[in-house]
Amino acid sequence: MSCKPQGCPSCHPPADMAPDPSRREFVWDAIRTFSFGALTLTALPILVSEADADDDAKAAAPPPDAASPTTGAGKDKGKRTVLFGYLVDTNKCIGCGSCMLACKNENDVPDDQFRTWVERYVYYKDGRVEVDTCTSGNFSFDQKPALDPKVVDKAFFVPKLCNHCVETPCIQVCPVGASFMTQEGVVLIDHDRCIGCAYCVQACPFGTRFINHKTNTADKCTWCYHRVVKGEKPACVEVCPTGTRIFGDINDPDSDISKVLAANRIDVLKSYLGTRPKTRYMGLTAEVV
Amino acid sequence: MHGQPTEFLFPNDHGSVAWTVMIVLYPYITGLVAGAFVVAALYHVFGKKELAPVARFALAASFSFCAFATMPLLLHLHQPQRAFNIMFTPNFTSAMAGFGFIYSFYLILLAVEILLVFRDDIVDRARRGGVEGLLYKVLALGVTTQTPGSRALDHKWISVLSVIGIPAACVLHGYVGFIFGGVKANPWWSTALMPVIFLCSAIVSGVAMLILLYVLACKFRRVAVDDECLRSMMRTLWLFLILAVALEELELLNMAYENGSEWAMLSRLIAEKLHFSFTWLQLVLGSLVPFFLLAIGMRRGLHPGVRIGLGTVSGLLVLIQVAAMRWNVVIGGQLLSKSFRGFNSYVPEFGGREGLGVALLVFSLPFVLLFALSRILPLWKTDAADAH
Repeated sequence: MSCKPQGCPSCHPPADMAPDPSRREFVWDAIRTFSFGALTLTALPILVSEADADDDAKAAAPPPDAASPTTGAGKDKGKRTVLFGYLVDTNKCIGCGSCMLACKNENDVPDDQFRTWVERYVYYKDGRVEVDTCTSGNFSFDQKPALDPKVVDKAFFVPKLCNHCVETPCIQVCPVGASFMTQEGVVLIDHDRCIGCAYCVQACPFGTRFINHKTNTADKCTWCYHRVVKGEKPACVEVCPTGTRIFGDINDPDSDISKVLAANRIDVLKSYLGTRPKTRYMGLTAEVV
Repeated sequence: MHGQPTEFLFPNDHGSVAWTVMIVLYPYITGLVAGAFVVAALYHVFGKKELAPVARFALAASFSFCAFATMPLLLHLHQPQRAFNIMFTPNFTSAMAGFGFIYSFYLILLAVEILLVFRDDIVDRARRGGVEGLLYKVLALGVTTQTPGSRALDHKWISVLSVIGIPAACVLHGYVGFIFGGVKANPWWSTALMPVIFLCSAIVSGVAMLILLYVLACKFRRVAVDDECLRSMMRTLWLFLILAVALEELELLNMAYENGSEWAMLSRLIAEKLHFSFTWLQLVLGSLVPFFLLAIGMRRGLHPGVRIGLGTVSGLLVLIQVAAMRWNVVIGGQLLSKSFRGFNSYVPEFGGREGLGVALLVFSLPFVLLFALSRILPLWKTDAADAH
């Protein structure tokens, strides 16, 4: 229905009434403001990060070592991101178990559960291979009978811990996303989100996950994330008297771990499963699983 | 030359298993859900008219088991108060993340189908008034008028839901098998056959349970067992038993024939740790014996009393077979340490949250619900209108 030519104030405002400037202008103003705001918010982080990169380049500081106190791990430093790695040189381990004690003290791990442990492989001349584990630290392998060199071919220790895999079965199977990987490559568990279904315990091929009796959530080695983000070493690495355990930024070519990785033949556990562990080993034999 | 290392378990594998008898019970109950639904679908979708006496009961049984399928899971969870995280913040790379959605979908489907199948009776009773009438009015969703057109629509939807329900049942239970089959860390579980094996054994257990319940209910109600109905269920059971056992054994045969690095320990697992539950319960008592009993029992012209006896015993043995199969998969898979060098042990406690006592209590609840349903709905009615 059409309105009368001069009768409808909304269609035909009287001459003395100011033309309604507000609606159209308001819409255009809103569009301009919104567009400017959106562009600014989008561009700002890019500009800021570029400025950071410029500052870094100007400073020409050496790339940070993850194990040094000033790392600021997790933040981009120039174009390089910190990626933590862990190396176990089994040739150096003496089976003292200090690492296990340090881990339990640092992380309040229940007595009968383990974020890390040390296995002992003994190869006898008659063909037998015996494997056992040190469960309490403090040179507890000493409680077992001494090895007689006449009957033993060789013997060595293999420390075990979470492998912080690249293709993690544990993160894949967690139904609620409580297991996750930090940008530094550390696999962690959100204990406030975990429902304690233990699917990750089943999925981990290395036996490193367990349901913590105290927290009733999944638990495992974190490479002492709370320490390494402050530039400290994991507790087990800190106390190891022989340098068996090496931790650091594998993206930093000058870090200790990178140098050892570059100069040696390196292995991982259960490589056939394709989980691509970031805990690497030196001196493994076929019997080590 | 050095041989295989001696027994060695990873230290976190010592003592107990992460998935206890509750995780044995969970696939057992969901299997009964899927199996009972298949019987109802054989009638509603595939026109197996001889199953009419148990068609409605099968649907109610399926619903009763489904209603309690999550109980063992909640009892198993170490943080059960966060159970709904699985639906609120699902991680879709996890096989387990679909559980809440698949389960809810199936439970709703079953509930709607039951309301439609029993709608005539519900509406009749809703008109009675009083507290009883109020209950049925709620079940009738407040609508107590029925026309030939609405009845036709109801029956159409019953067929549609049955048709959707068959793949849904397959997904529900195939998914349970996938939970295990997708764990590459465990050679006892990691096989693509696992979902199919679980599905077949689910159907087997559901049909076996229906045979048992049908015979018992007939005795309880003092009515004669419908010979043709029982025979049809026994034939279905026989067919799916052969399929289930063949798949279970083919999987093992394949592993044994390939003789891969893991077979040395898996063969020991069967021979030493699961000797009784696998060889005797699952294979001999639960598979071979009912195979022969059913073969005899489904012959035409057999004395009804003999058929009832053979059907009941077979049903019971097959239920034991499936329970043993669930135990052997769930517990057996965890007895082998991830070191592949030694075996753990697990003896379920009777008391406690995840004990046998609670497991038995949980398993009894579907029967209580089924009994309650039989009090409020005519589960045994077979009217002409339903036989479409």
